[in-house]
Amino acid sequence: MIKEWFKTGAPWIWLNAAAVSICLIMIISVLGLITVRGIGHFWPSEVIQFSYQNDEGRLETIIGEQVDSSVTPAAMAKATGHVMADNEDALVQYLIKTGNRDVTGTDFRWIQARKIKQQETPMAILVIERREWGNFYGQLVSVKENGKVVASGENAVAVALQKLESTLAVFKEITYIEKKEIGAVNYQLERLRLKQKSLQLTNSLDAGAQKSLTIETATYEERYKSYQAKLQALYQKIRQDSLALKTDGGNEVDISLSKVVRIYQPNNMGLFAKIAHYGSKLVEFLADDPREANTEGGIFPAIFGTVMMVMMMSVIVTPFGVIAAVYLREYAKQGFITRVIRIAVNNLAGVPSIVYGVFGLGFFVYILGGNIDQLFFPEAAPAPVFGTPGLLWASITLALLTLPVVIVSTEEGLARIPKSIREGSLALGATKIETLWLTVLPMASPAMMTGLILAVARAAGEVAPLMLVGVVKMAPTLPLDGNFPFLHLDRKFMHLGFHIYDVGFQSPNVEAARPLVYATSLLLVVVILGLNLSAILIRNHLREKYRALEG
Amino acid sequence: MTAQEVRTHAIDINSVLNNRVKHNETHDVSIRVENLKLFYGEKQALHGINMEMPKKKVTAYIGPSGCGKSTLLRCINRMNDLVDHVTIEGKILLDNENIYDKSVNVAALRRRVGMVFQKPNPFPKSIFENVAYGLRIQGINDKRILEETVENALRGAALWDEMKDRLNDNALGMSGGQQQRLVIARAIAIEPEVLLLDEPASALDPISTLKIEELINELKEKYTIVIVTHNMQQAARVSDYTAFMYMGELIEMGTTSELFTNPKKKQTEDYITGRYG
Repeated sequence: MIKEWFKTGAPWIWLNAAAVSICLIMIISVLGLITVRGIGHFWPSEVIQFSYQNDEGRLETIIGEQVDSSVTPAAMAKATGHVMADNEDALVQYLIKTGNRDVTGTDFRWIQARKIKQQETPMAILVIERREWGNFYGQLVSVKENGKVVASGENAVAVALQKLESTLAVFKEITYIEKKEIGAVNYQLERLRLKQKSLQLTNSLDAGAQKSLTIETATYEERYKSYQAKLQALYQKIRQDSLALKTDGGNEVDISLSKVVRIYQPNNMGLFAKIAHYGSKLVEFLADDPREANTEGGIFPAIFGTVMMVMMMSVIVTPFGVIAAVYLREYAKQGFITRVIRIAVNNLAGVPSIVYGVFGLGFFVYILGGNIDQLFFPEAAPAPVFGTPGLLWASITLALLTLPVVIVSTEEGLARIPKSIREGSLALGATKIETLWLTVLPMASPAMMTGLILAVARAAGEVAPLMLVGVVKMAPTLPLDGNFPFLHLDRKFMHLGFHIYDVGFQSPNVEAARPLVYATSLLLVVVILGLNLSAILIRNHLREKYRALEG
Repeated sequence: MTAQEVRTHAIDINSVLNNRVKHNETHDVSIRVENLKLFYGEKQALHGINMEMPKKKVTAYIGPSGCGKSTLLRCINRMNDLVDHVTIEGKILLDNENIYDKSVNVAALRRRVGMVFQKPNPFPKSIFENVAYGLRIQGINDKRILEETVENALRGAALWDEMKDRLNDNALGMSGGQQQRLVIARAIAIEPEVLLLDEPASALDPISTLKIEELINELKEKYTIVIVTHNMQQAARVSDYTAFMYMGELIEMGTTSELFTNPKKKQTEDYITGRYG
C-alpha cells in the first residue's frame, strides 16, 4: 500500500512542494517582520497617563507610550523576587517609553500591570521631539519669549506651534550656512593651505605667489567672518523663545525652541493629522541627516552612500569583468591554464568577504593609497588623502569581490552566441575584433547585465569588508557636493548595512533605536530591490533587442 | 566496395578530369583546386581534391553526409581556419592567386568570396543594418551610398518589394525563407566574385526553396556560384556543373546533364539512382 503510494511519486512531489513552501514562508516572514516593525515606527501612538503605585506604596504619575509587554508565570516571578498573591497566576509587565532622559536619566521603564491604579489618555499631553535628550512627554504650561510669558493655558499650544514654525525656518537657514557656505569656504581655505605647502615643498613659493595666496586667503577669511556674524544673529533669534513644561513627576522644565524638532499631541490627533505626521516623519527619515548618535532623524547619507558605492562598483567591475571574460573565452587558447584560471575565478567567489576587506585595507588603502599620497599629495602629509579608507577603495574592494560573477556570466553569454552568427560576420569580411564589437558583444550584453545584477545584489548587502575600507558611523560630508571636483572619492561614507549594525548594536540607547533598525533594514531591502529592478529592466530591454536566434 | 577501391577509382577520375581541364583551358576558370588535402587533427577529411569551377556558372557538390563537400566549400573562403587543429595542404587558386598563400589577407579574401550558410543567420539588427553590415566594416558610412547599395542588394535577392517598408524592423521577425534571402542580399551587397551556398534551402519550406532556386538562376549572371546540396533534384535544377564526392574524394565531375544522364562511374550512378548514400 505504502509502496504503491511511493511509486506514484506523490511523496516526492510533496517533498518538493514543502521545500518551496518553506522558502516562501521564510521570505514572507522576513519581509513581513521588517515591514510591519519598520513601517509602524513612524505612526504616532497614543500617550497614556498611568496612576502607578510604586514600590514604596505611594501613587505616582507616569506618562509614556507602551512599546512592549511581557507575561511571566507566577512561579518564575516569585523566583525572581516578586511578591505574588495566591490568586495571581502571572505577572504582567509593560515597557513604557517615558522619554525625558534629561530629567529622569532613562527613556524606558518596566511597570507592573497589577500596580496600575488608573490609566487615561489626556488630550493635552504633548510630545516634543528634540535635537538632544530624546523625546519629552508632558504638559505645556506656557510659552516664553526672552524669559517673559507670552502665552499660557488654552492657546499656548497654538502659539508654540506657530513659533516653532518660524524657528525651524531659521534653523534651516543656519544649517544651510553652516554646511554649504561655510563648508565651501573651509574647503577653499584648505585648498589654499595645500597649495601654499606644495609650493613650499617645490621651493617655488616666491613673493608674488605668496602675496596672491595671502590675498585670496584673506578674502575667504573675510567671507567666513561675515557668515559667522550672520550665524550669530540667527542663533540669537532662535534662542530667545522657550517652552515651560511640566513632567509627569511634577517638575517644571524649560526647553529652548531652538532644540525642538517637532511638537505634537498624539491623543488629540485625528486620522488625517496622524497620516500627515506619518508622512512628515517618513520624509525626515528618508531625506534628513541622523541626530543623536544615529538613533533619531533620517538616514539620507547612508542611502546616498550605499547607492553611490554600488554605482561606483558597477562602473569598475563591469568593464573589468567583461574584458577578462572576452579574453578567456575568445582569445585564450583553451587548455590547462584556462581551466586553472576558471577554477580560480570561481573559487574567488567563495572567499569570505572580510578577507577581501583585509586585502583592500592592506593593499589598496595602505600600499596603493600610501604611494598615491606620496606621489601626488605630498603637501597634505602627514594627513592622508587616499592612504586612508574611502569611497574609492570601498568600491574597488567590492568590485574585486563581485568580479567572479561578472566574469562567469559574461563567459556564459559569450558561449551561448551561436557559431553561425560569428561565421556570418566573418564571411562578410569582418575581422575577429570587428565581429566581436559589432555582433558578439552586443548580443552578449544581456548576460553581462545578468552578471551586473548579481554583482549589485551581492555588493549592496555586503557590510563586513566595508567596515575596513571606507564606511564610518557618521560622515560629516557626502562624497558628492558642490565643491570642485564634485565627486570626492577619498571621502569616507555611510552605508545602510553598517548603519543597521551601528544603530542596533553600538548605540547608547538600543531600546529607542530598535524600530529604526527595522525601518533601515526595510529601506536597505528596498534600495537593493530598486537597484536590481532597474538593472533587470535594462537587461530585458537588451534581451528584446538582441533576441538570439531560436535553437 | 571498399575504401581502397574507391580511392583507386578516384585517382582515375582525377586523371580523366585533369585531361578534361586541359582540354577546356580556354574556358574562363574562376576557382581551381589543386591537390587539396585537409586534416582534422589526425583524421584526413579531403584526399587530394583537384577540380575547377568556371566563371559565372553554378557548380553543385553532391554526395552523402560526411563526404567532405561542405568542408571543401568552406576551404574556398578559408572558413576552416576558424576550426582548431585543422591543417590544409595543396592550393586553391582564385583568379590564379593561391588563397592559402601567406601574404593573403583573409578578411579581404572573404570579401571576394561570399558565403551563405545552411541555417539563416541574420544578425539581431534591423534589415537595413544587416545588409549594410559588410559595407560598414569597410568603413563606408555615407548614408546615400548605403541606401543605394542596400536597395540594389535587396532587389538582387528579390526581397526589395516585400521589405522596402520594413527596412528598420528587426531581421529576426522575418520568415525563414525571407531570412535566407536577406542573408544572400547581405552577401551580395559587398559585391563578391564568388558566392558559396552551403545547403541554402535545406531548412526551408518548398515555396521558399523554389524562390531561392530562382534567385540562384538570376545570380549566376553576375557571380560564380558554388552550392552544396543534399537534394539531387535541386542540383539538377540549378547547376551547370556537378561534382559527386564520396569519403573525401572527388569521384566524378562534369556538366550536370552529363553527370545525371550518363554517369561515368558506377558509384555516381548508384548514388544518383538512390542505391546508397
